[in-house]
Amino acid sequence: MAAAPKIQFEVVTPQKLVYSEKIDKLEAPAIDGLIGIWPKHAPLVTAMKIGVVRVVKDGEESQIAISEGFMEVQPDKINLVVRTAELPDQIDIDRAKSAKERAEERLEKERDNIDFARAEASYDRALARLKAAGHQDHGYDRL
Amino acid sequence: MQNMRDIQRRIGSVKNTQKITRAMKMVAAAKLKNAQDRAEDARPFFNKTVEVLRGVFTRTRETSHPLLAEREGGRHLVIVITGDRGLCGAYNHKVIDIAEEILEEEEEVSLMVLGRKARDYFRRRETDIMAEYIQLDDYPGYGFANNLADEIIHHFRAEDVNKVSMIYTHFNSAISQTVKTMQLLPVEKFNKAEEDSIAVEEQAEQMDAETAGEEAKSKKYVDYIFEPSPAEVFDNILPQYLINVIYSALLESKASEFGARMTAMDSATDNANEMIDKLTLKYNRARQAEITKEITEIVGGAEALK
Repeated sequence: MAAAPKIQFEVVTPQKLVYSEKIDKLEAPAIDGLIGIWPKHAPLVTAMKIGVVRVVKDGEESQIAISEGFMEVQPDKINLVVRTAELPDQIDIDRAKSAKERAEERLEKERDNIDFARAEASYDRALARLKAAGHQDHGYDRL
Repeated sequence: MQNMRDIQRRIGSVKNTQKITRAMKMVAAAKLKNAQDRAEDARPFFNKTVEVLRGVFTRTRETSHPLLAEREGGRHLVIVITGDRGLCGAYNHKVIDIAEEILEEEEEVSLMVLGRKARDYFRRRETDIMAEYIQLDDYPGYGFANNLADEIIHHFRAEDVNKVSMIYTHFNSAISQTVKTMQLLPVEKFNKAEEDSIAVEEQAEQMDAETAGEEAKSKKYVDYIFEPSPAEVFDNILPQYLINVIYSALLESKASEFGARMTAMDSATDNANEMIDKLTLKYNRARQAEITKEITEIVGGAEALK
């Protein structure tokens, strides 16, 4: 049997190239919902929202927490350009937890001003990190 | 021959100045290290942003988005990125000169100035300044780029301006920086040369060189799928494109400023050394002359007593 086809996947943030590997497939949070990409996918452009990208490489799954950005798919290559991206071992769980609590407090208080959107975004970021880091009690149905 | 005390005083003042230039050089060097790391780390991000998005705009026929609208004539908004402080060689002025060129060539130009140097300069000349930002952070944040992008998108959508460009300084090394002009809105398509250079890059990446040529050609127009729709995708990624590009330009400019300041202060310190050497020589000559004069006077006096 021929080797399963692979696709080059790169994640870039302003800080560094976070990930660059040949992978089997991935599942990522686009603005209109989760999107799965296999090798030889048709060219596609989409915007990303805060969430967790699930990557399968050589049959093993790993997770990357990302925030806003965009993704370009070509048959042999996926470019994911986002503001932040972290692999599970780079995530500071305590920081994400306290960020989540802070955001929860602010969500209680500031129902209708502009800070609400910000608090919501930081809440989502914290959740995505906790989820990627494999934390259980993250109330993850939001993402 | 100058008075000895005058020379000594001058040596003292040059030495004091040298202390300042040396301190500034060291501060700039320390900040440069950090700023340079940030700018260089952000470069793959910047290149990917430009490569992906402009590539998409070039290859797709989908161009109906308001931020891609090319409107004839109208006002040109120029973002000028300089520093808040001087003593950094020609860094600020190189940027201002390019802005001046645009002001001379075109009739309707407004400026968005970043940095006290550009603001003061264009205020004195009563140029139309649409917005100004001073006291910039040494290490600019993503949020600041976000605000700038929001502001120019607002002006472009309201049709206050029909074109937006940005003048910034690209950091090559501590001793070499290049001023660059980049059109932000409407988003420019790749021209032929840039398109080719990317096609070549992509070719090099591919193992199988023979089919790469054909693939590069067929990439000229790719029918991208836009999920969920072109309008929604562009609504999301165009602002991000601007933020990313502005953010990178801010980082590059800051690194350049520190590089320019370090180089300028380094040569100022060297010049001060040279000056101190010259003045010391002068001082020694003056002292020697004084001694010779005194001896001649004493000898002359003794002669007269005989």
